Amino acid sequence: MSEKTQEKTSGLSRRSFMKGAGTLAAASMFGGVAPYVMSSEKKVLRYLGTAVNQDTKIGEKAKEDLGITIEYIPVTTDEVTKRILTQPNSFDLVDTEYFSLKKLVPSGNLIGMNAKRIKEFDNIVTAFTKGEVAGKKIGDQGTAPKKVFYKDGEMSKNFSSSPTEWVTLIPTVYNADTLGIRPDLIGRPINTWAELLNPEFKGKASILNIPSIGIMDAAMVVEAMGEYKYPDKGNMTKKEIDLTMKIMTEAKKAGQFRAFWSDFNESVNLMASGEVVIQSMWSPAITAVRTKGIPCVYQPLKEGYRAWAAGFALPSTIKGYQADLAYEFINWFLSGWAGAYLNRQGYYSAVLSTAKANMEAYEWDYWMLGKPAAKDIMSPNGQKLASAGEIRDGGSYEDRMGAVACWNAVMDENRYMVRKWNEFIAS
Amino acid sequence: MTKPTNSILAVPFAMVLATFFVLPLILVVVVSFWDYTEYSLIPDLILMNYAELFYGCFDWDQGLCTTFATYLSTFKYVFLTWCLTLVIGFGVALYLVFCVRSLRMQIVLFLVCTIPFWTSNVIRMISWIPLLGRNGIVNTALMSLGIIDQPIEWLLYSGFSVTLGFVHLYTLFMVVPIFNSMAKIDKSLIEAAKDSGASAWQIITNIIIPLSRSGIMIGSIFVITIVVGDFITIGVLGGQQIASVGKIIYVEMSYLQFPAAAANAVVLVSITLLMVAAMMRIVNVRKEL
Repeated sequence: MSEKTQEKTSGLSRRSFMKGAGTLAAASMFGGVAPYVMSSEKKVLRYLGTAVNQDTKIGEKAKEDLGITIEYIPVTTDEVTKRILTQPNSFDLVDTEYFSLKKLVPSGNLIGMNAKRIKEFDNIVTAFTKGEVAGKKIGDQGTAPKKVFYKDGEMSKNFSSSPTEWVTLIPTVYNADTLGIRPDLIGRPINTWAELLNPEFKGKASILNIPSIGIMDAAMVVEAMGEYKYPDKGNMTKKEIDLTMKIMTEAKKAGQFRAFWSDFNESVNLMASGEVVIQSMWSPAITAVRTKGIPCVYQPLKEGYRAWAAGFALPSTIKGYQADLAYEFINWFLSGWAGAYLNRQGYYSAVLSTAKANMEAYEWDYWMLGKPAAKDIMSPNGQKLASAGEIRDGGSYEDRMGAVACWNAVMDENRYMVRKWNEFIAS
Repeated sequence: MTKPTNSILAVPFAMVLATFFVLPLILVVVVSFWDYTEYSLIPDLILMNYAELFYGCFDWDQGLCTTFATYLSTFKYVFLTWCLTLVIGFGVALYLVFCVRSLRMQIVLFLVCTIPFWTSNVIRMISWIPLLGRNGIVNTALMSLGIIDQPIEWLLYSGFSVTLGFVHLYTLFMVVPIFNSMAKIDKSLIEAAKDSGASAWQIITNIIIPLSRSGIMIGSIFVITIVVGDFITIGVLGGQQIASVGKIIYVEMSYLQFPAAAANAVVLVSITLLMVAAMMRIVNVRKEL
């Protein structure tokens, strides 16, 4: 009896205390999910992507303009795919590459992006939507974005070959990749992919050890050497994979390669230290070597470029409010400031018209039109990238993107390819 | 016989082992029989992952298959690292225990050995690169002294640098257990041997080595099991050109080929367990501790 009365008097305060403690405990236990719970007060987006694309300054500017806090989750290219497939609850927004879509879309873990909610959708460059640059068709071997651009429904697991309102990814950034060289250590012109296996550079060459991208570089080399002409480098048969890896294995056994790299920073170190004079490279890596004052050229080659493209997607578990935030951020991303930032890093932005409005005329002339720099060209972080009078490697947007030969890809025989690649490394 | 209280005391540890070792291991074995696609795992009971793992391994005309070649290369580094860490580790422990007289000095010197462990082992690995590189400190020094006129290429991204890295990283794992078992040797045994006219070499081979067997064995188990599964050192100092089982598993994992990776892991774990079991047969560690 006495117990009951006590319960009545003190029950309320104790219960509310317990409730508070419970919420606290839950919040600390499910730290990762917390943004959902608290989203009504705090605008937070967990942004999954590769470190190369996750720039602190872009995050800061988004916070300033939109009040949205961007929490970067930086992982490697392969890890992004793995996360989407195995932990689709662990992010609100993902920045991934088009070539991964062949694995991602059938899993149903990403929703179709609503094209109508994207303000600049009609201004997205034709390289994505039609596979054209300045009205001319560009190479579409491999997983070209136009092949996997649309889905046939918001929750669909299938691609659509004709335009629909559901888009797989909202394009953000893309580029044309080629070989990086140390002109000071090579001392002669380089103009073909075949030079990667030229015995002249024995022990001074490198290729990246990410199978799905490395095989494309290898295929460019094999084709340039005149050994074989692939019907589609981005979708080899087992025989073609065997042939490609045989040529690479022979070169490896002969001591052609100094090392392989799988992290962007490793490629910078190999090049900057002079261990390697010619290798597969990514654009920001070239920039990084140059800002150390070491000459490094992103060499245009006559066979063309290997292109890649990335874009934003949302996980299928996303809730209404978070989705609104994500769309708000994506619209901001395409509205110019971020695009100009990407262009100044040597990438290309998916909506060029808005990026142009955010760049100085001389910057646009240098980065996009291939004209000599009227003034010194600075990186977004204020480091000098090129002196007045210099021209961008490879020239204008049309020259570079127009010369794309193939795109990063996931092949039908991917499983076999990975096995063969492991064999190559073990040889 | 064992009292029931003893078994009760063992329960917490048994539960930790069951949750964090036995259960995951069972899962790995189960998954190794599954099928998979680029984006999903399919529960199944197939041998394909093992068949692909040993593909071409019993076709001797084709040369060594990937799996055998990889294990061979891994064992080469295991053997080299084991020999070198054993000799160096034994030497260091011997000096600390028998040549350093004061206990205080022993402790100071022992702590000195652990100083490198204050930094991360990735940093300790990477710091070799500017030293051994083509334009690194060693090559520059040798060239300016006129000893060589071309940089030595095999210093970095080679079997040499990988072995060097392993020895640098793991010698302490040998020093500690050997030091520990040597410290327990009764000094009067050594004096008695000396009085009976034994040479230094005879003392080492007849007294010290047999009495520090358990330390040697524990150190060896540490070094061997670490090196067998390593892929970071081999990656960083071998320029990713040298195969290791760990790297193959890593690549398969990053391509979501979990069943294939699981099959590889099962083989690796089995081989490691066999090696440890064989070593345990040579020395009964439990009895000698």
